[in-house]
Amino acid sequence: MFRIARLIAAKDLRVEMRSRVVTNQVLPFAAIVMVMFAFALNSDAVVSRVAPGLVWLATLFSLLILVQRSFAIENADGATDALRAAGVDPGGIFLGKAMALAAQLAVLEVVLLVSAVVLYSTELRVGGIVLLLVTFVAATVGLALVGTLYGGLAGGVRGRETLLPLLLLPVVAPVLIGATRATESALGTGGATVAEGWPWVGLLGVFVALFSVGGTLAFGPLIEE
Amino acid sequence: MVPVVHLSNAVAVLGQFPVLAGVNLTVNRGEIVLLQGPNGAGKTSLLRLCAGLLPLARGEAVLLGCDLRTQREAVRSRVGLLGHANGLYADLTVAENVRFWGATVGASKPEVQAALQRMGLAQRLTDVAVSRLSAGQKRRTALACLIARRAELWLLDEPHAGLDASARDELDATLRDAAAAGATIIVASHELERAGALATRVVEVVGGQIRTLDGEAA
Repeated sequence: MFRIARLIAAKDLRVEMRSRVVTNQVLPFAAIVMVMFAFALNSDAVVSRVAPGLVWLATLFSLLILVQRSFAIENADGATDALRAAGVDPGGIFLGKAMALAAQLAVLEVVLLVSAVVLYSTELRVGGIVLLLVTFVAATVGLALVGTLYGGLAGGVRGRETLLPLLLLPVVAPVLIGATRATESALGTGGATVAEGWPWVGLLGVFVALFSVGGTLAFGPLIEE
Repeated sequence: MVPVVHLSNAVAVLGQFPVLAGVNLTVNRGEIVLLQGPNGAGKTSLLRLCAGLLPLARGEAVLLGCDLRTQREAVRSRVGLLGHANGLYADLTVAENVRFWGATVGASKPEVQAALQRMGLAQRLTDVAVSRLSAGQKRRTALACLIARRAELWLLDEPHAGLDASARDELDATLRDAAAAGATIIVASHELERAGALATRVVEVVGGQIRTLDGEAA
């Protein structure tokens, strides 16, 4: 299963490096969303206070595009059917696609965090760096796992482009809440302390554990339907 | 000799609709069998059943010595289905696609190279992105992927569709070579003259059943 996962992840990342959809479309989209938030809120104090939430909201919007793209490359010439017909381990497909998605999300989040520092005057503090890193890793993996699972679910359905946000956004609400609170603690937003952030990281950890096991088991039956 | 395909009274249902209504078919190693019949007769469904993509509702299906009902994954890993789509990644090169599909079964570099060679792709097309290939070149790349995957049973749905005359000739030669090398091939096609000349046996599919020459269900 892990051999197939590595194979699928390498293939997806190679496709991305060739097509440059993330760099040419998703990253500019995410940056525009960050700028639009700043315009809409129009107050340095408010923007600075809600910056962690805005970063994660922009990540969620971009996640929808990345997931659509991840499954579009499989559906464009019938590769999903070909993978099923070839008996390729569906658990490996799930983990591989999630790994590739996580790598793309990680690049995106770095850009969003830098945007927040530049646009919203967000300050990083040394004491919160470890919490910030762990939060980003856990939230990224969680989002990638859920995105892949629901991308696979919506991938074979008519109207998948509109169905995916409807299915995905409610499910990732715990990640949005947990990641935002933990990021606030890491950055000290609104006087939050680092210690307050770790329980939220625990929530993200539970989420990752549930969806890594559940997704690996459920992905096969999902793409069979 | 154990047949590669043995279907006995095989029934498959899509929703409420029976797409295969008691198919009896036996195919031996090295045969090229042409499935002919009108649209909606069940040719594609028969191929998808053999590929393990359509569940067997009733009857018996043994492919490559494996029971399709209980050993579906084992069947799938040894069967290659080429439908209307090619299953290729447009942004990857020909070699990368063949390497990827070969790697799903652990094919070595020489095996991948041999597959490219056999399809005439080893020279100038190796590093060309699939998005830049003609329809015929894409078909050849897809067949190279089947070879790299070590598929023993090839299930081809309208393989000549969209190909020009020379690409069709190349495809036919490839299929004859593959059969001579031990692959078993089932082709669903409307192009009876061409596919009929290629096939070692012609089977008529009507109403989800195999018909014998006198019009009776087999």
